[in-house]
Amino acid sequence: MTAQHTVPLKIYFGVFIALCVLTGLTVWTAKHDYGALNTPIALSIAGVKALLVIMFFMHVKYSSKLTQLFAFAGFFWLAILLVFTLQDFMTRGMLNVYFFKT
Amino acid sequence: MSDHAHSTFGLAHHFDDLEQQHETGTLGMWAFLLTEVLFFGGMFGAYAVYRWSYPLDFQAASARLDVDLGGINTIVLIFSSLTMALGVYAAQKGSKNGIIAGLLATMFFGAIFLVVKYFEYKEKWEHHLIPGPNFDFGHQGHAVIGHEQLYFALYFAMTGMHALHMVVGMVIMCWMIKKAHRGDFTPEHYPLVENFGLYWHFVDIVWIFLFPLLYLVGAHSGDHAGITH
Amino acid sequence: MSSTLLTPPAPAAHASQPAKERTTYLTADYGWKSWLFTVDHKRIAILYLISIMVFFLIGGTFAILMRAELLTPKGDLFEAETYNKLFTMHGVVMIFFFLIPSIPAVLGNFLVPIMIGTKDLAFPKINLLSWYIYVVGGGATLYVAITGGVDTGWTFYAPYSSTYANTNVAAVAIAVFITGFSSILTGLNFIVTIHKMRAPGMTWFRMPLFLWAQYATSLIMMLGTPVLAITVLLLFAERAFHIGVFDPALGGDPVLFQHLFWFYSHPAVYIMILPGMGVVSEIIACFSKKRMFGYHFIAFSSLAIAIFGFVVWGHHMFVSGQSAYAGMVFSFLTMLVAIPSAVKVFNWIATLYKGQVSLETPMLYALGFIGLFTIGGVTGLFLAVMGLDRHVHDTYFVVAHFHYVMVGGMVMAFMGGIHFWWSKMFGRMYPEAMAQFAAVVIFVGFNFTFFPQFILGYMGMPRRYHQYNDEFTVLNVLSSAGATILGSGFLMSICYFIWSFKWGKQAPQNPWGAKGLEWEKAQSPPPTFNFEDGERIVVTEDAYAYTYEESHARTAPEVKK
Repeated sequence: MTAQHTVPLKIYFGVFIALCVLTGLTVWTAKHDYGALNTPIALSIAGVKALLVIMFFMHVKYSSKLTQLFAFAGFFWLAILLVFTLQDFMTRGMLNVYFFKT
Repeated sequence: MSDHAHSTFGLAHHFDDLEQQHETGTLGMWAFLLTEVLFFGGMFGAYAVYRWSYPLDFQAASARLDVDLGGINTIVLIFSSLTMALGVYAAQKGSKNGIIAGLLATMFFGAIFLVVKYFEYKEKWEHHLIPGPNFDFGHQGHAVIGHEQLYFALYFAMTGMHALHMVVGMVIMCWMIKKAHRGDFTPEHYPLVENFGLYWHFVDIVWIFLFPLLYLVGAHSGDHAGITH
Repeated sequence: MSSTLLTPPAPAAHASQPAKERTTYLTADYGWKSWLFTVDHKRIAILYLISIMVFFLIGGTFAILMRAELLTPKGDLFEAETYNKLFTMHGVVMIFFFLIPSIPAVLGNFLVPIMIGTKDLAFPKINLLSWYIYVVGGGATLYVAITGGVDTGWTFYAPYSSTYANTNVAAVAIAVFITGFSSILTGLNFIVTIHKMRAPGMTWFRMPLFLWAQYATSLIMMLGTPVLAITVLLLFAERAFHIGVFDPALGGDPVLFQHLFWFYSHPAVYIMILPGMGVVSEIIACFSKKRMFGYHFIAFSSLAIAIFGFVVWGHHMFVSGQSAYAGMVFSFLTMLVAIPSAVKVFNWIATLYKGQVSLETPMLYALGFIGLFTIGGVTGLFLAVMGLDRHVHDTYFVVAHFHYVMVGGMVMAFMGGIHFWWSKMFGRMYPEAMAQFAAVVIFVGFNFTFFPQFILGYMGMPRRYHQYNDEFTVLNVLSSAGATILGSGFLMSICYFIWSFKWGKQAPQNPWGAKGLEWEKAQSPPPTFNFEDGERIVVTEDAYAYTYEESHARTAPEVKK
């Protein structure tokens, strides 16, 4: 478990630098317009930052499979909420079957 | 958690050994964070639906936020995550002063974050951007429904809930500093520090997603202070 | 029945020591402080038992008042607004304060540590906190009920609840928000306990199926309830500050409320039924004296129901304006979620086949569950079909469907479980003949109450109406008559349970001859730390390890293996 493993200090500082660089990157890319790719780019950078915090600051890389399962289960369930809710709004009006047109 | 009452190296009566007790406590904190992901997730869901439905209004509303201030706050919170991780490292090494220094530094950065947030909220209040009867985005002459109010409702709900979680964290840190000072943590028994660290990093992760979703939506539209539609 | 676990046998003096001569968890300490500040999971279970019975009686009273109104076609007993408040409070109280906590908080709290072979749950103080939160939330809801109630329906649909209702929606939203944390903390406790505190030798596939059911239920409690929490918080903000998130006039979308609400509330119905299925598994195995047929299938089907239950919520929203495409997706997935439930029913029946079936009260309830849950579940499939749902949505067909699964299923499972483990919890037997009679009364009353409602719904009688057309009268009278019978069956049970505290027969450690750590290793009632002091529980057998002799003692005693 995490108690036994001490993460070396240089990893902490390395992750910290990476997080700052990525923050700068996301602000810089936001000031340019990439059309439809704006949101995916921003979310990808955020995803990488979150992964760094989870893996190293929260020690998940060095933790048991059970901990790793718990860590990612939450995001998986959130994905269910987002995907299934958005799929309603994104497909409104798509199937123009008369029965549903009331 | 049962462990905080037994940090005087005691084994709680219903555990077989300290290792089981620690693993249980950490798993409990992860389970709690799981629920927090879903809790914030509901608001992210509402945000996703409305941003998908009204992209231009969200862009215009987001352009009223100060991107640079938000970026600085993000760095501040990352600093606080680092100092928290260093505090846990100090606990592993048995350094009482290290723990206290790490916690104090984390609180310091957390406080800066909250102070900046306060000024941001104050500025919104002055510009009539708080949802409710006084909301006024400045659509003089526009007859359409301003979905910008929806954006700001979610902005305050999400950042407000995040700030509330930070305040709770700060209070717990005060208590932890007191315990560290009393010598309650040993290299074999520091579960409270480690589990609180998990909580604090989670709060940081929420902000990592809030920042691009709330601040950077309209950052490319050029005009940051004015009305674009 | 002799214990077949390979641990050193407990000293003979303890094996059948009557409760009066030793210290049990009930007698370990006296005084209200020892109960209200306890961290013993068994005492907390009893605290929950008392609280949920209070709420059951309150919710039941609302139901009786509703059925009294529906005796006649005209709305003559109550105003329409009052009737709206009655069905709303009936739903809120029964769902949040009776059904959701019932088996997990009472039987789960009592049995999970014992069945796992440990002294307490992972976080005993959080367990107590969970009960405190429940009481505070319940008190707040009762306050709302007394000060005028809420009339939105337990589903609180926007924009009526968020903008137009004149009743105390904000207060009840906060009450539900608070209560949700009770659920979350209980689920968290069970999950961590089952992962980390199993006795040596208790592998996942040696656990009793009740524990698998509790684990699956706890998954749902932890993953779904937080979304309800944020939804009612947003509803409160909408009510108090008019932020516009669900108000079309300000750009919001009421259908979003429904998505967020049902993301929790559909899995919530699986919170309500899965523990019941776990109880039924235990009872069927014990009263057939057989190993569970298809143990792995039942275990995995519990997880499958928990997981699949999260992707079907849109079947509550077929007529809400949801997209046709989303409706099709949800309809298809809803039909899939019926499969694991059917798997369980088949396995229970296969367990009964050629088993030594005896019809004690718990078994009567379990058999009733199988029949009534099947009817309820199958009518759920009717509702999953979009075209049919269009016709019966918001009619009494839906009301009958969910009462068949909730009352015919869950409440019967709860009654079966309470009867099954009553001797373990209190050291007394309930009166068997009277209990069997009450079970039959409840079964008959239940069917008279709710079967006519399927017909009423199909004929078109809408739900949540206090008056109806004359052609529906006969079936409504039948339903109300049945409700009286059902109610008297429950009252009978409460009476003899209370009677049994003083005059019930002293219970032996294992009156049913069942397998399981709670029967074989723990006294009736157990001591505070569950097992004899210092006894180390080591598990070497599978669950339900009935020997050949035990399985055939009555039907073929002369056959020797």
